[in-house]
Amino acid sequence: MASTGFGDAVDPSRRRWCVHVAGLGLSLALPALPARAAARRGVERPGSLVTVWLAGGPSQLETFDPHPGTAIGGPTRAIDTALDGVQIGADYPQLAAVLDRLSIVRSLVSKEGDHERGTHAMKTGYRPDPVLTHPSLGAVVAHELPQAGIDLPACVALGTGGFRSRGGYLGATLDPYHVPVPGGKGRNLVPPVDPGRQGRRLAAVEAVSRAFETGRAAAVRRTLHDHVRGEAIALMDSPQLAAFDADAEPRAVRDAYGDTPFGRGCLVARRLVEAGVRSVEVTLAGFDTHADNFAGHAALAGTLDPALAALVIDLDRRDLLDSTVILVTGEFGRTPSINPLEGRDHWPHGFSALLAGGGIARGCVVGATDPDGRARVPSDPVDVADLTATVLAALGIDFAREIATPAGRPMRLSGGRVVERLLVDGLRPRA
Amino acid sequence: MHAHRTIGRRLLPALVVTALVVVLIAIVQSPSTPPPGAVGSDDRPGLVAALDAAVAARWTEAGVEPADPAADLAVLRRAWLALAGTIPSLEEIRRFEADGAPDRLDRWIGGLLSERRSAEYLARRLARVFAGDDQGPFLVFRRDRFTAWLADAIHANRPVDQIVSEMVSARGLWTDTPAVNFVTQAQANGSLDAEKLAGRVARCMLGQRIDCAQCHDHPFSPVTQRQFEGLAAHFGQARITLLGLEDDPRRVHRVEAMAAAIPMPAATGMTARNVPPRVPFGEAWVPAAGTHRERLAGWLVHPDNRRFDRAIANRLWQIVFGRPWHDPVDDLPDPPPSPDGSDPVDVLAVDLMDHGRDLRRMLAALASTRIFRLASVHPLLDDDATAARVAEAWAAFPLSPLDPEDLITAMSQTTSLHTIDGGAPLVTRTVRFFRTLDFVRDHGRPADGAPADSVSTVPQSLLRMNGRLTRELVEANALTAAGRIAGMAAADDAAVEVVYLTMLTRRPTPEELSIMRTAIASASTRGRGVEDVCWALFNAAEFAWNH
Repeated sequence: MASTGFGDAVDPSRRRWCVHVAGLGLSLALPALPARAAARRGVERPGSLVTVWLAGGPSQLETFDPHPGTAIGGPTRAIDTALDGVQIGADYPQLAAVLDRLSIVRSLVSKEGDHERGTHAMKTGYRPDPVLTHPSLGAVVAHELPQAGIDLPACVALGTGGFRSRGGYLGATLDPYHVPVPGGKGRNLVPPVDPGRQGRRLAAVEAVSRAFETGRAAAVRRTLHDHVRGEAIALMDSPQLAAFDADAEPRAVRDAYGDTPFGRGCLVARRLVEAGVRSVEVTLAGFDTHADNFAGHAALAGTLDPALAALVIDLDRRDLLDSTVILVTGEFGRTPSINPLEGRDHWPHGFSALLAGGGIARGCVVGATDPDGRARVPSDPVDVADLTATVLAALGIDFAREIATPAGRPMRLSGGRVVERLLVDGLRPRA
Repeated sequence: MHAHRTIGRRLLPALVVTALVVVLIAIVQSPSTPPPGAVGSDDRPGLVAALDAAVAARWTEAGVEPADPAADLAVLRRAWLALAGTIPSLEEIRRFEADGAPDRLDRWIGGLLSERRSAEYLARRLARVFAGDDQGPFLVFRRDRFTAWLADAIHANRPVDQIVSEMVSARGLWTDTPAVNFVTQAQANGSLDAEKLAGRVARCMLGQRIDCAQCHDHPFSPVTQRQFEGLAAHFGQARITLLGLEDDPRRVHRVEAMAAAIPMPAATGMTARNVPPRVPFGEAWVPAAGTHRERLAGWLVHPDNRRFDRAIANRLWQIVFGRPWHDPVDDLPDPPPSPDGSDPVDVLAVDLMDHGRDLRRMLAALASTRIFRLASVHPLLDDDATAARVAEAWAAFPLSPLDPEDLITAMSQTTSLHTIDGGAPLVTRTVRFFRTLDFVRDHGRPADGAPADSVSTVPQSLLRMNGRLTRELVEANALTAAGRIAGMAAADDAAVEVVYLTMLTRRPTPEELSIMRTAIASASTRGRGVEDVCWALFNAAEFAWNH
């Protein structure tokens, strides 16, 4: 069977076979998925976004933009990758082996250097606004590409740490469904009582609803309270919930992602995408390395490297990568200088993101930071808003479209400009 | 599913049980709280009559008849939710019903307003108004201290102009001069964001959204970019040092010409400019002496600055009724040339100014108005086509969702037949504190600018139906309300009635009684049956929406 771990890159000529067998495996694992959502592959498939959120602000120098042998480089070594002439941190050997399927932005610039504000900027593409909560990129994707025919929530967040993504002015229905410990059955999905009691309870709550609706039926309907409870009950009963269950995967696949909550999160992300969920966020926290940056980082890399590499390979071999954008980043980077505690502090003036899948080009490296750490602006700077514009464009979304907030304020989905080099030819939007 | 429970999770139920034992003992041993007294007797009836007239004019104008009066218990519940963020306990309901005097609602509401728990609740609401919803900057912003300071001020009924002046102009540490947290909250990326403060002053203290003027002239209001910069310049000398918030008289507010669409003369280029403090109107109201911030504070609360009182009045209207008279709450129309009594917010504003900026007086008056005492049912509310007319005309009390903190506070209250308030033992309050944090985190809070009809979500519904907290709260044991009702009620019908009073502050309808009776009879024990009824009431819209 195809699902036997995948340390090696898949031979493209075998892809069709893999798809076939993987599809078979899927139909066993997720029996009741709507045929179309689960079966469609390749670029025709509706897009999904997987955001791998590195909470705390990951050091670009220890991850995807090392400067070994310089004053700012610290003890971190660099290794060659599948991409000619491009090196990344030596703690990422598995990612290095598949880097030719991804692109790197090494010149992100943000104006926000503290966690809450920086998270808002990176997750939404907008600076915090005192009267408006902007939707996260995942919420925008779910809003622009509504998912049909599946019970699962359109936005799912896996793992804990950092500040949450929000539906913002697009509404609380696009706040992600949160699974703090990925791999199990999801949260609050099982009634605490047997079916007989559950039936009586629901009959009782309906009686209360009827009384409350008397004389104000339209006003009560507008609350959507009972409607949403109906949706929740449908979700509780849905066979699609199996997508949350990492244990349904063969041992070898689970091992490839790593036996960690984050690894299981990435595996569940793949299963959710496969089921047709529009937007999944997986969080790995602990990157706020003001002290002991190098040891702290190495430990995180041990979790991140296998999970991320497995996610890319797994999506690719299932022919889901062309429809799924993967975005890997955090709220900012870390200072070139090393502080007396062997740590690095917040640095929004040149940091990194990884991109892959969807309409994102493979093997593109954008921008460079100063190896001496003196320049305040990297070469070829990419504003955080440009990153959101590029991701939306890579999913075929008109990023410049203006929509009105509930208060009537016109807002663009993204205020940035597309970084054209990061897009596959032919997928550039007209905007 | 229990296999993953951590030790902490095992401990919490035990802690909850301990807490409830302690609270029950305390209730049994302590004398009951003194009966509520009347709020200050004065000319407040005149104010209430003026508000009633202004709202009645809206009904006439819209051609919509007002709803019938609400039952006293319904008014009691909404008053408790509006002014204390919780629901009345069974103990309070029984005492209220025993109080046969015709003015009992006014007296009970007045009594609640003088209680510490009401001040704490209003402080929590106002802290979010003045300091936002964000966690805010690390170390230099202490929401807990700010909220406690506001609660003290509200409990002492300090005039609101003094409270606001202190927030705008205070100097010192965020810990021992908590008012400064209004300013320190605006620290971003290592320095104070004067523009953010100016925007907040305009929205919260003037009822005007002028933030857009930060980057360009505001398209809808007469405030220009230059005026906005002048307002922000009042915070230009404020800085955060190790000794706290200070004003450095040598500092000058500088504005970077931004990349935004500001037409700049070519000669000036994109350089920074010095901007002196300047108010957008009413220059004569600026005090002659003081720091820039003190002068701004004096101008804001000047008796002739009607926008201040109107902004406060519209906020309190929103707190009491769940939605503001002028929507959005922080963007009011210009004050009428002379007060004509047609705008209830203006009526309140004038009264606020004339009566020593007394917030408690305003809250008591709002809760005495006819609209506050109207039912939330109305013949036109049954039909989608006509429901909006009722809302627009304020012809019935509006439905509004409980804030997640209020929802959990109300849920916690239902586990006890007695009143859980600030006087509860520390362990009860501690457990409640952590429960609240967990619940609010899981439930989520409405986002700024989010659509009003998108407040119910599937995860919230799942949390209410299947969450651990619900399970703990409805569990019938010797210490919970559910258990005590099941154990002590003479018959199933009586049990249903007490559960309804405890949770919904009303008695069941005949249809409800019949269904709940069957539910209890079908359960393996009466305790299980009462749990099922409690669960149903928790999950009803009626519990989660103020009405």
